[in-house]
Amino acid sequence: MDFITLSVVKAVILAAVLMTTLAYLQWVERKVIAHIQLRMGPSRVGPHGLLQPLADVIKLLTKEDLIPPHVNRFLYILAPFLAVTLALMSFAVVPFGPEIEIFGVRTPVQLTDLNIGLLFLLAISSVSVYGVALAGWASNSKYSLLGGLRSSAQMISYELPMAVALASALLLSNTLSLREIVDTQQGYYLGVIPKWNIFRLPFPQILSFVVFLICAFAETNRLPFDLPEAENELVAGFHTEYSSMKFAAFFMAEYANMITGCALATILFLGGWHPLWPAEWGAHLVPAAVFFLAGAIAFYHGAHPARPRDRRTLPIVAVVFWMLAVLFLLPEVRAALAPLFWFAAKTGLLLFCFIWVRGTLPRFRYDQLMRFTWKFLFPVAMANLMATGLVVALFPDVS
Amino acid sequence: MNAVPLSWYLILSAVLFSLGVAGFLVRRNIITVFMSIELMLNAVNLSFVTFSYQFKQADGHIFTFFVMVVAAAEAAVGLAIILALVRTRRTLEVDEVNLLKF
Amino acid sequence: MDAILFFVFAVIAVACAANLVVQTHPIAGALSLIGVMGSLAVLYLLLGGEFIAAVQVIVYAGAIMVLFVFVIMLLNAGAERPVGRSVVARYLGVPVLVIFLGLLSYVIQSMLPASEAVRFGGFDGGAPAEVGRLLFTRYLLPFEVTSVLILVAILGAVVLGRKEL
Repeated sequence: MDFITLSVVKAVILAAVLMTTLAYLQWVERKVIAHIQLRMGPSRVGPHGLLQPLADVIKLLTKEDLIPPHVNRFLYILAPFLAVTLALMSFAVVPFGPEIEIFGVRTPVQLTDLNIGLLFLLAISSVSVYGVALAGWASNSKYSLLGGLRSSAQMISYELPMAVALASALLLSNTLSLREIVDTQQGYYLGVIPKWNIFRLPFPQILSFVVFLICAFAETNRLPFDLPEAENELVAGFHTEYSSMKFAAFFMAEYANMITGCALATILFLGGWHPLWPAEWGAHLVPAAVFFLAGAIAFYHGAHPARPRDRRTLPIVAVVFWMLAVLFLLPEVRAALAPLFWFAAKTGLLLFCFIWVRGTLPRFRYDQLMRFTWKFLFPVAMANLMATGLVVALFPDVS
Repeated sequence: MNAVPLSWYLILSAVLFSLGVAGFLVRRNIITVFMSIELMLNAVNLSFVTFSYQFKQADGHIFTFFVMVVAAAEAAVGLAIILALVRTRRTLEVDEVNLLKF
Repeated sequence: MDAILFFVFAVIAVACAANLVVQTHPIAGALSLIGVMGSLAVLYLLLGGEFIAAVQVIVYAGAIMVLFVFVIMLLNAGAERPVGRSVVARYLGVPVLVIFLGLLSYVIQSMLPASEAVRFGGFDGGAPAEVGRLLFTRYLLPFEVTSVLILVAILGAVVLGRKEL
C-alpha cells in the first residue's frame, strides 16, 4: 500500500476514534464529577446515560446558530474553527503504539513521525491561544474580552515553565522525535523499575513531570486555572456569545487539548506504551486481568442492583468486559493491542486526574495565578533544568 | 516544472521587505507601524535561510535565530513604550506624537 | 510539488503582507502578519530549515504576535481615522510600488548567476542537532550576549510598564 492511501486510512481511523473519545470523555467527566458530588449524573438517555453524548451532539447541531449584532463577523466565525483545527492537528504526530502488522501491512500506530515532533506540538500549542483570544475580542462583549485577555496572558505565562520542563526531559532522551523518545525509555533497572523518564537515572524527572502537568491544566483552561471562563464573574468568559456548533467547537478543542496534554505527558515521562513491569513478571496478563476484574465488579453490582434496571444492564456490561479479557488472552491479538492498552491506560489515568482535580480544587484568583507561575513554577522548572543538565554532563554514561 | 529557482525566494523576500517599508510609511497607527518593522525582519530572515540553502551551511539559520531573539526583545520594549505612550498622550497616532518636532 | 507549495505559500505571504499595508484596523494587520509568518515557516521547511521553521511559529507567531494582539486588545485600539492625503500619492502610490517591485525582481533575477533549483531535502543541515552544534560552538559568544540583551529588554519593559514613569 502506498504512503498516501495508508495515511488516509490511518487518518480516518484516528478521526473516528478521536471523535468518539472526545464525546465519551465528556460523559465520563460528568459521571465522575457527579459521583464526587454525590449525584447520579446523566442517566436518562440510554442505560447509565451512555447515549447522552449522542443526544448532546444532536441538541447542539439543531440549536439556532445565533450571530449577535456588533460582532466582527469574520473573526467571530473564524475563532472556533481555529481553536478546534489547531487542537485536532496535534494528533498528527502523537504515537499511540509501536509498529504493528495488520493484513500484511507493517505500519507504526501514528500518522507521521516528524524529527521535530515535539517542537511541532509546542508550536501548535503556542498558536492555539489565538482561537480563544480572537473569540474574546471578536464577540465585542465585556465578559468575552476579559476572558480572552486573561486567557492569552495565562497561556503565554504557563507556556514558559512547560517548555522548560519538557527541555529537562529531553536532556535524558536526546531526540525530538516522539517515537524515539518512547523508544529510549524501554527496559528496566534491576529487572523491575521501568526506565521511564520519571524514574530515569542519572536524574529522575519527577519535578518536571509535576510542573508539566500543572502547566497542562493552565494551557487547557481547566480548573483550578479556568479564569478565562470563570462562570461566577465572567458568565462564560470568551465563549459567552457563542451558541450551537460554534460553542461545541470550543468544547471539543478543550477536550482535545486535554487528551494531547495527557498523551504528551505519557510519552515524555511515563514511557509511552511500555508496560509498568517486565513481561517475565506477568505484564502481558495485566490487560486481561483488568478487564476480568471490571467484569466481575459489574456482575456483582448487577446481582445486587441499586435500581431495578441495573439487574438487566450490568450483566451485559460484565459479559462485554469478560469477552475483552478473553480477547486479550489470545497471543496474536495481545501482541498488537497490549501496547495500545498501556498507552490508553496511562493517558486515561492522567485524564481522570484532570477530572478529579476539577471536582476537588477551587479556582485561583488572577493575581495568585500569575504569581504562582512566575515566582514558583518557573524557578522550579529552571532549577530542575540546570540540575539535570549538570548531572547529565557529569555522568553521561549512566542511563 | 518541479522546482523553483533559488532567486525566486530572494524576489519574494524583496517584495515582502518593500511591502514592509510601504506599510511603515503609509500607516499612522503606531502598532501597525511596529508590525511593518516585524514584516521587514521576517523578509530578511527569508533571505538568510535562502542563502543558507545556497551555500549548504546552517549559519544563515543561526542569524535568523538571533534576529528572532532581537525581535522578541524589541517587541517587549516597544510595546511597553506604546503602553506608556498611550497612558501619557492618550493616542496611538504617530502624527500626534510631535512634541520633539519644534 | 515543491513548485506548487512555493507558489501557494508565496502568494499567501504576499497577499497577507499587502493586507497589512491596506488594513486600517490593527487587529486585521496583526492577523495578516501571522499569516505571513505561517507561510514563511512553510517556506523555511522547503529550504530545509526544520528547526528555524518550528522556532518561527513558536517565537514569532506564538509569542511576539500574541503580545501584539494582547496589547491591541488591552488598549482597545480602533481603526485609523482617514485623513486627506495628497492626490499624487493616492493615484500614483500603488502603480509606482508595483513598478518598483517589478524592477527589483528583474534586477535580482538578472544579477544572480544561474542559480540551482530548490528541492525539498536538498539541504539537511537545518536539523535541530546541526543548528544546536553551531550555536554552542562557533556562535557561543553571540548566543551568551543575546541572553544579556533579553535581560536588558525585560528590565526595560518592567520599568516602562510601571504606573508612574
